[in-house]
Amino acid sequence: MSTAVVAAGGGHVEAAGAHAHAETNTGISHVKLAMWAFLSSECLFFGAFISTYLIYRGRDRAALESAGIADGDLEKIFDIPFTSSTSFVLLMSSLTMVLALAAIQRADHRGTRIWLAATAVFGLVFIAAQVYEFTNFYREGIRLQTGLFGPTFYVMTGLHGAHVTVGIFWLLQLLYRSLQGQLGPEHAEAVEVAGLYWHVVDIVWIVIFTVIYLVPYS
Amino acid sequence: MTTVEQALGAGAHPSGVLARPTKTTGAFSWFTPVDHKRSGILYGATALVFFIIAGLEALLIRMQLVGPDQTVLSAKVYNQMFTMHGTTMVFLVGMPMAVAFGNYFLPLMIGARDVAFPRINMLGYWVFLFGGIFMYSSFLWSSAPDGGWFGYAPLTSQPLSSGSLPGYGPDFWTVGLIFMGIGSVTSALNFIVTTLNMRAPGMTLLKMPVFVWMIFVIAFLTLFAMPPVTAALIQVYMDRNFGTHFFNADLANGIGSDPLLYQHLFWLFGHPEVYILILPGMGIVSEILPVFSRKPLFGARVVVFSGIAIGFVGWGVWAHHMYATGLGPAALTGVGVATMAIGVPTGVKIFNWLGTVWGGAVRLKTPMLFSLGFIAMFTLGGLSGVMHSIVPSNSQQTDTYFIVAHFHYVLFGGLIFAFFGGFYYWWPKMFGHFLDERLGKINFWLMLIGFNMTFGPMHLVGLRGMPRRTYTYGEGFGWETLNQIETVGGFIIALSALVFVVNIAVSAKKRELAGDDPWDGRTLEWSIPSPPPVYNFATIPEVHSFDDFWHQKYTEDDEGRLVKLPRGASAADTHAEEHAEHIHLPSPSFWPFVLALGLPIMGYGFVFKAWWVLGLGVFVLMFGLTAWAIEPHTAEEDH
Ligand SMILES: [Cu+2]
Repeated sequence: MSTAVVAAGGGHVEAAGAHAHAETNTGISHVKLAMWAFLSSECLFFGAFISTYLIYRGRDRAALESAGIADGDLEKIFDIPFTSSTSFVLLMSSLTMVLALAAIQRADHRGTRIWLAATAVFGLVFIAAQVYEFTNFYREGIRLQTGLFGPTFYVMTGLHGAHVTVGIFWLLQLLYRSLQGQLGPEHAEAVEVAGLYWHVVDIVWIVIFTVIYLVPYS
Repeated sequence: MTTVEQALGAGAHPSGVLARPTKTTGAFSWFTPVDHKRSGILYGATALVFFIIAGLEALLIRMQLVGPDQTVLSAKVYNQMFTMHGTTMVFLVGMPMAVAFGNYFLPLMIGARDVAFPRINMLGYWVFLFGGIFMYSSFLWSSAPDGGWFGYAPLTSQPLSSGSLPGYGPDFWTVGLIFMGIGSVTSALNFIVTTLNMRAPGMTLLKMPVFVWMIFVIAFLTLFAMPPVTAALIQVYMDRNFGTHFFNADLANGIGSDPLLYQHLFWLFGHPEVYILILPGMGIVSEILPVFSRKPLFGARVVVFSGIAIGFVGWGVWAHHMYATGLGPAALTGVGVATMAIGVPTGVKIFNWLGTVWGGAVRLKTPMLFSLGFIAMFTLGGLSGVMHSIVPSNSQQTDTYFIVAHFHYVLFGGLIFAFFGGFYYWWPKMFGHFLDERLGKINFWLMLIGFNMTFGPMHLVGLRGMPRRTYTYGEGFGWETLNQIETVGGFIIALSALVFVVNIAVSAKKRELAGDDPWDGRTLEWSIPSPPPVYNFATIPEVHSFDDFWHQKYTEDDEGRLVKLPRGASAADTHAEEHAEHIHLPSPSFWPFVLALGLPIMGYGFVFKAWWVLGLGVFVLMFGLTAWAIEPHTAEEDH
């Protein structure tokens, strides 16, 4: 699925160039409309994994126990203050994304570059934290094969991380274009569409965070 | 990249517009087309090749089943044949053929010069082609998918080492289907945006032709149906290759995973998929019937709203594929009622079509024959479908040939008949010449007879208990004669398809020119030359009504009789834009091809767990993507 994201990402360039001035029936540009439609599809994609997690939640008690994770241990392995902080970083990246858009709309190139870079860095911090958390969980005995928590957790959060990574590449590409002087205020929509993607990936994380860390497992 | 743009003054000869003929002709240009009509032809031609392959697989199945205890195919190869037949027909024929017609005709019917994303459109095509080749390459490892087109877990999800499906079949299947899903989502996005954003002035949503509506509806269905199955496929892949337990319950070790979850995720896609397949067929016959009856589509809005209703209710009935799994009476009642209810909008459409033909000046040309065949065969399939919605009856029929009969009446008698009708109807527009009418009629009658001989007896043999997906049967069940008839019928269908292929060749040689409007059509595609110029419309039409082109040609006198308007006197001509305008055409690009090429390479990496191959695929994909993203664009130079 992430390839399709990238494809849509390629498309924004396509239409930003070729159709930016074309009138559309809805008044919404092709790219933005396509991104909205695509993101609705993404919601169902994550919805399927979140449902799988919720349906399977607690159905592997004995398996977790034989892996040395007794009832209630999982909640101890979760480092909620840590994960909350990294989630906060991700949420702040949505703010910087909005600031980047505001900057490019008023042709503030320096601001655009700063905020795009900040968004990408916040994304990177989130990914680094995810790598740290995965390592930590692995040390505590939660493998990909451990019960049902292992696969549902790693696959769902891993795919989310992959989406964040795609977003980071996208931001870096915009930053590169800006540094080359090829991202003027007339391309504000390119930033806006990347922002739509970024915000939805953030929102998906809020749901995943709630479901995994705040809803008790069992 | 230079700008493909020329000022076109009013009355200028259209042939002056093609600024770069060297780039848009020749064999090589087919690798880089951005013209939606060429994409359409590529989609259609490829789907036709896969149609023939799937047909050959079906013939092998029929040869195996011609009598009891046959040994034409081994059990394993038989499993591969029915799996690949189903998978091919659904993902490599049904969906892409609808995309082919949609690509070619949706922009023409809404008065657009282009689709919204021509290059993403081509990306979708390459992903589909490479996905198909990738899946068929599994035969090289004698590992063709063999778990059925539905790929039920845990049959498909058991680990490679200990599973009941040895080889890489399910891996090729899961990875290949994920690719096909990516391809169909890209074309769905393209259709949605094109329909919403690029209609000609005056063409409100309810003035759109029914075919456009149906493509629009299935684009949304595709968008929402692919994600759940993609998730399920990823989970099956993980189970098989990484020892996870998404669907492999291991109760001894306290892992209570639920194989039913797979069925839910699959049919949450699988049932809407049925409508993704049939609605374009309904759209095509809704275009053909009015033209060959010389009457407007009876209750056109009702047909549109029924299509939308089917699209919505279609989300609430998936569990009728799971009656035998013990969901409990409450769930079964709800799903059963919803399934019966979905028969209502479908039935409404059938009466709309009949009402269109009724009292019309019917011309029994080949497209019309196929459309009438569609109504009859689809109605039969619909009736057995309503039988399935009844839970106790379904429990008797499930997994028998009765089901096979049902969905072939709906999908072959429905969809494939509509596609053939569409071929004969639109061929003159696409290639400028007719398909031969005599061969066409032979094509139709052979198909109708062969089809009913093949699938009609399956009802009986199914009610007599013959199970589907079983590679052979013993003597004395009363199945022999019926199976022989079915096999003969199968070969008659094959003969009919051969007649069609011959017809393509014969007609191309004969080149009986059709002109712009050979059938006295009603929709905008008939208002432009055949084949259409690359920019479609020299002047963007202005639309005033449903069936606008018809109303440009005809009006009614006081007694309601048709009166032909003199050419040039119609409203659209007088209102034609007279100022010069720019025609933007997208530039060709090679990068969608490169990007898509990365996917099958990644696929082999996934299947064989060869991570360097996966890395190579990712590299190719990223390379194509980056080059695509930084490629200069046509419009940037004229700003
Ligand atoms: Cu169904």
